[in-house]
Amino acid sequence: MDLHEYQGKELFRRFGIPVSEGLLATSPAEACAAAERIGGTVVVKAQVLIGGRGKAGGIRLAESPDEAEARAGEILGMDIRGHTVGKVWIERASDIAREYYLSLTFDRSAKKPLFMFTTQGGIDIEEVAEKSPEALVKLHVDPLEGCHPWHARRLVYGAGVGDPGEQKQIAAIVQKLYEAFVGTDAMLCEINPLIVTPDGEVRALDSKFTVDDNALYRHPDIAELRDVAGTDPLEVLAREKGVTYVKLDGEVGVLGNGAGLTMSTVDVVTFVGGRPANFCDLGGGGDAQGVVDALEVITSDTQVRSIFFNIFGGITRCDEVARGILRAVGQMGLEQPIVVRLDGTNAEEGRRILGEAALPNLHAEATMLDGARRAVELAA
Amino acid sequence: MAILVDRDTRLVVQGLTGSEGRFHGLRNRSHGTDVVAGVTPGKGGQDVEGIPVYDTVAEAVGHAGANAAMVFVPAPFAADAMYESIAAGIDTVICITEGVPAHEMLRIHAFVEGAGVRVIGPNCPGALSPGKANVGIIPAEIFREGSVGLVSRSGTLTYQIGHELTQLGLGNSTIVGIGGDPIVGSSFLDMLALFEADPQTEQVVMVGEIGGDEEEKAAAFIEAEMTKPVVAYIAGFTAPPGKTMGHAGAIISGSAGTAQAKKDALEARGIRVGTTPTETAQIVAEIAGV
Repeated sequence: MDLHEYQGKELFRRFGIPVSEGLLATSPAEACAAAERIGGTVVVKAQVLIGGRGKAGGIRLAESPDEAEARAGEILGMDIRGHTVGKVWIERASDIAREYYLSLTFDRSAKKPLFMFTTQGGIDIEEVAEKSPEALVKLHVDPLEGCHPWHARRLVYGAGVGDPGEQKQIAAIVQKLYEAFVGTDAMLCEINPLIVTPDGEVRALDSKFTVDDNALYRHPDIAELRDVAGTDPLEVLAREKGVTYVKLDGEVGVLGNGAGLTMSTVDVVTFVGGRPANFCDLGGGGDAQGVVDALEVITSDTQVRSIFFNIFGGITRCDEVARGILRAVGQMGLEQPIVVRLDGTNAEEGRRILGEAALPNLHAEATMLDGARRAVELAA
Repeated sequence: MAILVDRDTRLVVQGLTGSEGRFHGLRNRSHGTDVVAGVTPGKGGQDVEGIPVYDTVAEAVGHAGANAAMVFVPAPFAADAMYESIAAGIDTVICITEGVPAHEMLRIHAFVEGAGVRVIGPNCPGALSPGKANVGIIPAEIFREGSVGLVSRSGTLTYQIGHELTQLGLGNSTIVGIGGDPIVGSSFLDMLALFEADPQTEQVVMVGEIGGDEEEKAAAFIEAEMTKPVVAYIAGFTAPPGKTMGHAGAIISGSAGTAQAKKDALEARGIRVGTTPTETAQIVAEIAGV
C-alpha cells in the first residue's frame, strides 16, 4: 500500500525523523486557514499517489494565506497523470542549501534491506545511478543483525559528507529510517530530497512510503490510511467485495482461479488476437457467491463484450463454479456471451450442470486455447 | 528418487486440527504420505483420524520421528511455526499459508541460509512426488509418475501445465510450487539444483511470472551448471506496470521484472520458452521424444 507524502511524513515524525511543520487541506478555505496558522511563506503540495507532481504544477509557493487559498484552488481538482487531486499539504517553506537523497528499499534479489544515499538529491535517483554511479552509495543490512552506527558511517563518509554537524544528523536519520522501515513493515522508505538548510539543519522535505499489504493486520492505524479516492472505481468495488481485480483496457472479461493461471489466461487472450478487459482471480475457494461477486465487478466495466471463465479445479470445485455462474446469470440477467472452460476437480459434474441449463449465452470449450479463441470471436 | 518429498518423508502438520489443515493433511495421507503427527498448542493428546496431535514440534520429532513439516496455521502465526520446526531439527519446512509479512520472510531466509534447512513457500501449493508423497494442496490425480521435474511460482498454472503434460503421456518426478510472494524460502535456482542431482528427473519445466529477477538468475545457473534440458514458461506478458497481479510478488517495478525481460534472459542462454502452456508442454514432449 502506497502512502501519501503527508502520511509518510507523519510516520517519519513518529519515528523521530525531522520534517517541516504542515497541515492538510481539502478546500481553498482550509488551505488559507492552514497557511495562517503556519505563518510566513508556505508551499502548497498536491497529494497524489503518482510521481511528477512538481512538473505538472502541483507544487506551488505562496507568500500569504490569500495566495495559499488561490494556489490551492488551482491545484485541487487538477488531474496529474490520471490522478485527481483531492487534498493539498500546506507546509512551511524551507530554505535549501543542499539536497541529498536517502532511501531504504526491499531488495528482492539480495533478500535484504538496501540503503541508498547520495549528496546528489532532488532529482530522479535512476538518473544519478546511470550518470554518476560512483556518487550513489549502496549498502545492504543483514535483517537479523539490524542497523548499526557503522552502517550510517559507511553511507555518510562514502558519499563524502564532510560537515560534522550534518554527519551526526544524517547518521541519526539513517538509524531512525531503519526503525521506521522495520517498525511499519515497509517495502520502501524514500526521502528525496533530504535537505540541509543554510543553518545546517537536516530535514526530510518529501516522503515516499510503501507498506506491505500482508502486514497491515498488525498495523491497523496504517491500514486506515488507505486512500481510495484516486483509484479506479472498479478496483474499489472489487476490494469491497474481496475480489482480486486489475482493470485493463480491452473487451474480453477474464476470470480464472489462481494468480498464475489468470495471468496466463490474460496472455493467451492477447496471443489469439483479443484485448483483455481485466485480470480477475477467483482465488483458491471459488464458491458460488465468489463467482457472483466477481461477475458483478467484471460486468460493471461497460467495455466488456464477452467473458472467459478459465477454471482449473484443485481446491476449487468446478461444480461449485458452475452453480455460481448459473446463479449470477439468473440474478444479474447477464446478456454478454460467457465462454466456460472447466477442468480438474469435479469438472464433469460442472459441465453437466451447465449443459443442462442450456442458456443461450453460455458456451463450453474443452481447452484454454479454444476458450480464449471463442471469447475473442464473441467480443468482436 | 524425487526431490523434497519421498517415501521416507515423515510429515508433521502444523495446524492439523484446523479445517484446512485437517482436510489437506488427510488428503495427503490418502495419497500415501506418511503423516506421523499434527501439532496444535493446547490440543496435545488428541488425534485426527488416528494421527497423534502434540503441543510442540519437538514432541512430534521426539515421539513420532517427524522429519518434514507442513505449515497450515494462520498468517500471523506462520513465521513462529516455521522457526519452531527449524529449532526442533526438521530439515524440510513447507509453508502453505498465504499472507505472511515480507519482513518475516527476510529474517527467516537469513536465518536458514547455510543452515542446511529447506523452507518452501509461503503462499505455495507445496510439493508432490507422484506415487510417493504429497505435501500440500496439489491435486495429485492430475499428475502421474515420470521423469519431468516441474517448478513454479504458481498453483493452478502448475496444474494446467501438468495436465497438458499428462495429456501428452508425460509424467513428473516432483512438482513443486515455490510460492508467489516477494521473498520465499527457496528459489528456482535451489530447486533446479535439486532436480539436476535427482536421478529420476530427466528434464525440468520452470514456470515463472512477472516480478523480481529469480528467472534471470535461474537462466544463468541453467547455462553454467545444468546438464539436463530446461523448458520455461512465463506468465504476465500483458500485465501493466505497478499493479500487483494476484500474487504479492507478481509486480513490475518501473521497467524491472517484465515477462519479456525474463523471456529474453532465458532465450539468450539457449533456454526454450513456450508462448502458451500448451506450447510449453509440446516442447517438453519434443525433447522427451514422445
